[in-house]
Amino acid sequence: MRISLMTTCLVDVMAPDVARSTVRLLERLGHEVVFDKRQTCCGQMHTNTGYYTEAAPVVRSFVDTYEPTLDEVDAIVMPSGSCAGCVRDQHRLVARHEGDTELEERAEAVAAKTYELSELLVDVLKVTDVGAYFPHTVTYHPTCHSMRVLKVGPRPLKLLRAVEGITVVNLPESDTCCGFGGTFSVKNDATSDAMVTDKASNVVASGADFVVAGDASCLMNIGGKLHRTGAQPKPVHLAQILASTQEEPFIPADTILGRAS
Amino acid sequence: MSTVDLGIPTVRPQHASPSSHLRGSRGFPAAARDELGNETQRGNLHHATSSIQAKRAGVVREVRDWQKLRNAGSAVKWQVTDHLPEMLEQLEASVTAAGGVVHWARDAEEAGEIVTALGIERGAEEILKVKSMATQEIALNETLAHAGIRAIESDLAELIVQLADDTPSHILVPAIHRNRAEIREIFLAAMPDLDASITDDPAELAGAARRFLREKFLDMPGSMAVSGANFAVAETGTMVVVESEGNGRMCLTLPKTLVSVVGIEKIVPTFEDLEVFLQLLPRSSTGERMNPYTTLFTGVHEGDGPEEFHLVLLDNGRSAVLEDPDGRSALHCIRCSACLNVCPVYARAGGHAYGSTYPGPIGAILSPQMTGTSGTDDPNSTLPYASSLCGACYDVCPVKINIPEILVHLRAQDVDRRRGERGEFHGQWDIAMKGASTLMSSPKAYDLAVRSAGPLSKVLPGKNIGKVPGMLPLVPGWTDHRDLPKPQQSFRSWWEQREQPAPPEPEPGAGADGSAEDEEGRR
Repeated sequence: MRISLMTTCLVDVMAPDVARSTVRLLERLGHEVVFDKRQTCCGQMHTNTGYYTEAAPVVRSFVDTYEPTLDEVDAIVMPSGSCAGCVRDQHRLVARHEGDTELEERAEAVAAKTYELSELLVDVLKVTDVGAYFPHTVTYHPTCHSMRVLKVGPRPLKLLRAVEGITVVNLPESDTCCGFGGTFSVKNDATSDAMVTDKASNVVASGADFVVAGDASCLMNIGGKLHRTGAQPKPVHLAQILASTQEEPFIPADTILGRAS
Repeated sequence: MSTVDLGIPTVRPQHASPSSHLRGSRGFPAAARDELGNETQRGNLHHATSSIQAKRAGVVREVRDWQKLRNAGSAVKWQVTDHLPEMLEQLEASVTAAGGVVHWARDAEEAGEIVTALGIERGAEEILKVKSMATQEIALNETLAHAGIRAIESDLAELIVQLADDTPSHILVPAIHRNRAEIREIFLAAMPDLDASITDDPAELAGAARRFLREKFLDMPGSMAVSGANFAVAETGTMVVVESEGNGRMCLTLPKTLVSVVGIEKIVPTFEDLEVFLQLLPRSSTGERMNPYTTLFTGVHEGDGPEEFHLVLLDNGRSAVLEDPDGRSALHCIRCSACLNVCPVYARAGGHAYGSTYPGPIGAILSPQMTGTSGTDDPNSTLPYASSLCGACYDVCPVKINIPEILVHLRAQDVDRRRGERGEFHGQWDIAMKGASTLMSSPKAYDLAVRSAGPLSKVLPGKNIGKVPGMLPLVPGWTDHRDLPKPQQSFRSWWEQREQPAPPEPEPGAGADGSAEDEEGRR
């Protein structure tokens, strides 16, 4: 299949290895990955902070990038539950706020072909064993928007359990938000800190070496707290585990969410 | 006595009166910061919310048609908001036909005046109260106190809060922020006859409260009690009060005069609709299959229960909520508090941080809509931001109020209000968001900015970004608590190198090192 990669703005700049891993994984599975460099951002930050008017040009740019290519690609993949959720649930709200019905229709067409990574693998590519190798103990944090907006359900865990060498252990209070919430983490930093402190403690209590999730933003939050407190567990994105093989194993770098060269 | 303003085009819906307990003195971020420092309270909240939450999940799982029940509850509530004026008139007619007296209260003051006048006319010195959110909201106890009438809370947790001169912090469990050792201290201080050897055993504490209240109940025949109602049936004029302790039933049956203060949104159309709500409410609320006491009363009956029944129908900002099609489903709330118990923000910051009778996720959408918000300095304008938008509240809501969507809608209203006021749209968030929007909708400029981030950040030491000085905008909120990865080679630079070997890196700007990346050729 021909799959268009929307890296998300955060991954492109702050966690590029998540996108590189997505490319590596999909190509290994025999698919062609294309990257449109006109891509910027899905507009989630603006939308969720209430800046619909400022979100609108970003959404329009997103739609202008992908809508003309819809006939040329089989799917658009985003390695993020919350960004894919924004595309699916919120682009139409932004378009409606602007009274732009044409944008709303075009956005719906793009959304219909947009998938979060675990959805793409399990639902579209029909694969759960991707031939990955990751000989470590991990614990899974089901990020809120993957769980409650996209409802990815057990897909990420199915993919993880099929990885060779992996041990998946339970994360206490896994369903509780890590406290990121986009601009919430800055506007309500004390509350956000209380939430991520508890999440990091639960990651440590799980006994895992890695905390895995499908959202780089939540992982940056949890990983940033773990790093600040000197705790051992490292954050890792689902794509990084699934891209890891015997030949090219994933080794974390000193950089949060980075890969050692 | 005023008439209801709904459906009467010449009268505009109005916000709740300022005297209501719907607005704190500070915004959420500052209030939460203080509350978070109270370790005992955080422990109490974590323990209580996680146990009620688990209990709820257990009994909800037993109901195979739970989602259908939620759909039914939501549908009935939409029917009510769509036809509220007609249903209110129907309710008035059926209550009157059953021998009750209906009063219309536009706001907290009018409701307070109506109840106070009823008390004074009947010479009441003490009024017993059934746990009620509406009377908390309108500060009825304080209003009665000004008229020399003492209100006594009969619900155990409300009594604890009242005796401690505290305010409730939870819809269902008003004293959730207190543990039993604290409750023992409160009782010892407030009940002069209490034996000092009492322990903090819950049964002993409940026994002390029971003895204290029993004396009040014994005095009640011939007196007056005030309640709220969980539901008001338009078709029959029946009020429904759902409770656990039985103290409510004592208040509803023993006094000569019963006054129920009920929000206009509490209506259900028909008696049969109770079937849905009496299944949804206890499981969502206390995590019980059925609550111990459900009292239904319709008007007055000779020789049976109160001789007089007064219904005070309260607007106090509800008509303003009804005006907004995207926000009005906040009125569907049946006050179960499931959203509070599941909310990670509530569980840490606690109910007092919201500054309103209605805390937690539902409070964050209900309070600012009821009061309206006057500007950035209005504490209630911070409430829609008091959420990480995790969505746990929407999942548990028995009437499917899409709280996260309404939170974002109210944020947009807040931003748009500022945008509409000349000279107001220039806060650091406004500037940052406008700038980011311009950049993120200009693919060429954005491309250059992203590629430059890695090279530019080389001026920063180390591989991660630690604490950033507080003078910089926005970032310190993050870096005060967590480290950040330092931007390296962007994905798009890597992709381009891979597609066309050895492309030149763009010059990021004066003074920065735009040379080859340290991660190049990684693949």
